[in-house]
Amino acid sequence: MSFSSRQIIAALLLGSASFAYADVSLLNVSYDPTRELYQDFNTAFAKHWKAKTGETVTIKQSHGGSGKQARGVIDGLEADVVTLALAYDVDALHTEAKLIPANWQKRLPNNASPYTSTIVFLVRKGNPKGIKDWNDLTRPGVEVVTPNPKTSGGARWNYLAAWGYALKQPGGNNAKAQDFVKKVFQNVKVLDSGARGSLVSFTQRGIGDVLLSWENEAYLATKELGPDKFDIVTPSLSILAEPPVSVVDKVVDKKGTRKVAEAYLQYLYSPQGQELAAANYYRPRDAKVAAKYADKFSKVKLFTIDQVFGGWTKAQKTHFADGAIFDQIIAR
Amino acid sequence: MAAITANLYAQHDRAALLESRQATREAPWVKYTILGVALTFFAVFLLLPLAVVFAEALAKGWETYLDALVEPDALSAVKLTLLAAVISVPLNLVFGVAAAWAITRFDFRGKQLLITLIDLPFSVSPVVAGLIYVLVFSSHGWIGPWLLEHDIKVIFAVPGIVLATVFVTVPFVARELIPLLQAQGREEEEAAVVLGARGWQVFWHVTLPNVRWALLYGVILSNARAMGEFGAVSVVSGHIRGETNTLPLHVEILYNEYQFAAAFAVASLLALLALVTLAVKSWIEWRAAQAHD
Repeated sequence: MSFSSRQIIAALLLGSASFAYADVSLLNVSYDPTRELYQDFNTAFAKHWKAKTGETVTIKQSHGGSGKQARGVIDGLEADVVTLALAYDVDALHTEAKLIPANWQKRLPNNASPYTSTIVFLVRKGNPKGIKDWNDLTRPGVEVVTPNPKTSGGARWNYLAAWGYALKQPGGNNAKAQDFVKKVFQNVKVLDSGARGSLVSFTQRGIGDVLLSWENEAYLATKELGPDKFDIVTPSLSILAEPPVSVVDKVVDKKGTRKVAEAYLQYLYSPQGQELAAANYYRPRDAKVAAKYADKFSKVKLFTIDQVFGGWTKAQKTHFADGAIFDQIIAR
Repeated sequence: MAAITANLYAQHDRAALLESRQATREAPWVKYTILGVALTFFAVFLLLPLAVVFAEALAKGWETYLDALVEPDALSAVKLTLLAAVISVPLNLVFGVAAAWAITRFDFRGKQLLITLIDLPFSVSPVVAGLIYVLVFSSHGWIGPWLLEHDIKVIFAVPGIVLATVFVTVPFVARELIPLLQAQGREEEEAAVVLGARGWQVFWHVTLPNVRWALLYGVILSNARAMGEFGAVSVVSGHIRGETNTLPLHVEILYNEYQFAAAFAVASLLALLALVTLAVKSWIEWRAAQAHD
């Protein structure tokens, strides 16, 4: 491996020198568990775009905790599209830096979420602690693993799912729900910063009896690490997690990539895109594809964040802002 | 002359006497216990992890191992890591020599400040070092908006990674040279000047030959750090695959994607680098000792 001085200078002056070689290049800044999905999807889209326009498109990926990734884009990471874990993080691109318009979530169908997921339990093989539903998580002696809602998008879905479950029980109200969630978090042994970190704690380091996890992560883990090691338990009621996508207007207008970036996101809604989502354990929106993969996902009653919590902005303020309910729960 | 020789012999005899006397020698079991503890510690904390890295890397066979190393994202990580080292090491070489020479040969105002500044990267956490660059160069930072206007990318691009690497490797060369130059004193150089040598000649023919092994040692250490740095680089990288991931960042990504064998394969490259560094370092020390004799 050798570098001519010219190459080095070029690389120094133009950090993006490699962009010049491909016809078009997109950067998709995403959250942790979508790595495998977008690996497949990017190949499919590049093929589709080549057939349609003759243009060669290269898609680069960046993955990390959803909040951290949003922060990166705000700080200048030049993402053409963001595909994050929750609407609040995409909202930040508008509120913090005006990179996208306020109505971004209305620009694509289904709240700009081409696929959905939910929160399930991953337990050790044979379910030795007999964990069936949310109320089993509050039992003494059950060790729970979840990432930290302060830093992880997935963990916020976990928290809200538990809250929603308690609220929907007979005689449920906010005070009871808070008490319930507090009991769950008293059983939490490790608060990792992201979903993948928690998964590694649970699967590799062998910590805890139950992992609160994205459904797609739970399926992926059992597939990658061996179905003989873990079982997936679907609770009676859970939250409909809608990971949203958006074009980053300021970046695509500067780079002149708006057309291909928009086509990229729209392709997620196409039958091919939906098939790939389903193959990677995300619940597809397309009715036909959903019917085809119906037996792959267990039936679970789902509530949305808008129904129970009045949307992300409100949920964030009530539950996760500094000094809000989550902080009160954690301060024992 | 004879007196000196006799004196030396006397000393030698005394040493032998001390060696053989019970009171001045440790009991054998003490000696072997201490030796045993030290060696066990060494084996458990250094050799075992090293062995595990290579064992895990080869757990799925040679093919997986090689595939992990020639995969495009891995190759790009190797290239970027080498690029960062190729730029930061020569920079630190020049800066380190200049700083060490200035500090040990001249008296000037702010000398103490310069010494403190050189040590700064050792005392600041690498993550903070990375964040400093984010604060300065991000689109909301001090000069970020200006850079954005002129379409120059620093953080989340190659220049940011090089900057972070330079920052964390600054102390190595200077820190190796300063004590040596101080110990050697100014006499030889003053003699050269009296004999009519010019500044550059003094440096080239007197100073540099005296410190060349320490200099090489500093370069080796700073190279090892440049290639292995994680924290500072992680903050400014943006983690774009095939573009802004260095080897250590690539290892983390692979590990998080359940590609354990591949992660350890790439990690074994870094471990090999460490072993080569150690070998070269020992060789340098041996040569330096010979040069002294």
